[in-house]
Amino acid sequence: MSSFKEFKIKWGMAIDLDKCTGCGACMVACQAENNIAPQPDASNKLKSLNWLVVYELTNGKPFPEHEVAYLPRPCMQCGKPSCVSVCPVIATDKNEEGGIVSQVYPRCIGCRYCMASCPYHARYFNWFDPTWPEGMDKTLTPDVSVRPRGVVEKCSFCHHRFMQAKDKARVEGRDPNALNDGDYVTSCTEACPNGAIVFGDVNNPAHKVHDLVKGKYAFRLLERLGTDPQVYYISRREWVRRLGDNYLENEKVKG
Amino acid sequence: MEDRQLNSSGCGTDGGKCCGGGITPFLVGLVVSLIFGWWVFPDMIYSKKEQPIRFSHKVHMEGAGMECKQCHVLREDGTFAGLPSTASCADCHSDVMGSDPEEARFVNEYVKTGKEVKWLVYQIQPDNVFFSHAAHSLDGCNQCHEFKESELCAQCHPDVANSDSAPTHFENKLTGYSKQTMKMWQCERCHANENHYGVTSSSNACFVCHK
Repeated sequence: MSSFKEFKIKWGMAIDLDKCTGCGACMVACQAENNIAPQPDASNKLKSLNWLVVYELTNGKPFPEHEVAYLPRPCMQCGKPSCVSVCPVIATDKNEEGGIVSQVYPRCIGCRYCMASCPYHARYFNWFDPTWPEGMDKTLTPDVSVRPRGVVEKCSFCHHRFMQAKDKARVEGRDPNALNDGDYVTSCTEACPNGAIVFGDVNNPAHKVHDLVKGKYAFRLLERLGTDPQVYYISRREWVRRLGDNYLENEKVKG
Repeated sequence: MEDRQLNSSGCGTDGGKCCGGGITPFLVGLVVSLIFGWWVFPDMIYSKKEQPIRFSHKVHMEGAGMECKQCHVLREDGTFAGLPSTASCADCHSDVMGSDPEEARFVNEYVKTGKEVKWLVYQIQPDNVFFSHAAHSLDGCNQCHEFKESELCAQCHPDVANSDSAPTHFENKLTGYSKQTMKMWQCERCHANENHYGVTSSSNACFVCHK
């Protein structure tokens, strides 16, 4: 297996699933921020496209014990991303300080190996050219490029906001590699009405997310695959944590 | 056209016998396509445009002693304002100051009507490129180099500081991009140069420039 770089800064997310109500504000905010065009048929889940999806989880029990939870799923920005090692044209890579997995759309040839290799289904293929209803193109985010038909795209942790935050720090004479907590947050983090998503540098003790990911109830999806995701989930409910990985029936769940 | 005649006559006298007639049309075709590809087509694909006002950077820099950043400002939030607006030009040019007829035209057509000048920008990058002016600062580069401000700008931009008129703008008729825009290999003069790593915050990671 190829080796991946370690970074001083590690942008990460801690999503508290017990705070998430499944309202979907994060999905909407993501779509608006990252220039995702309205779909011709959004109910066709084979051909529709979202960078962030909220999944519904259930404990599968009948009425009195029945419980649901909602799980927002951005790109995990894996420490050892399987998508990067399979890309034949190096359209996707993990080489920038901060550890965000990059995707360069003009370089992508649309082979979709990365989609097959991603265990989180975080990558999407553009089956259609993006079109915006008359006038709606004025709402496009200028710092996010629009993807054409035939390429793969995924969540970038709102990478343009990272660039903007660094530029602001430079102009103010601060170190762009030592951003304060909250200088750079993703659109979904900002939109969540319950504050379920916390974003920051996992390696920086001054950032709130640093402690959250070390908590007793923190877990990552399919952790035992060894992909080392930078997105953490928190739930005090054992059955929710159990759904985060392929546990055997009598196996003890983490946390 | 001269090349073509030379070639065909060369092959016609002695080449005709030794190599047979088959190679002549091939050579002629090759020369014609080379001429077309190197001289004719590049001319066809670009349309030449001049700036709406003949602007002299030299007069402003030498005559008025200004610096690049006085008009091409970096905003407080780190974004780059690019070209100055008519209103900021009017800070000085509220009325005609000199004897240049172009200045008089600028004042009459733009300042008095409040219209913005549709300047042509040589360096506009494709949609998938993110360029930060804040990151490419004198402070960063002059840790080792000794650039003046205009010299640093001219590493990527056409060196207009010493010219009385702006260069012709070549616009690609198919893509709409300027011919003079910076190419990736030009970025990599610094970004792929290992001597810069550690000294500046530059790196050659994809997401440093791409979006």
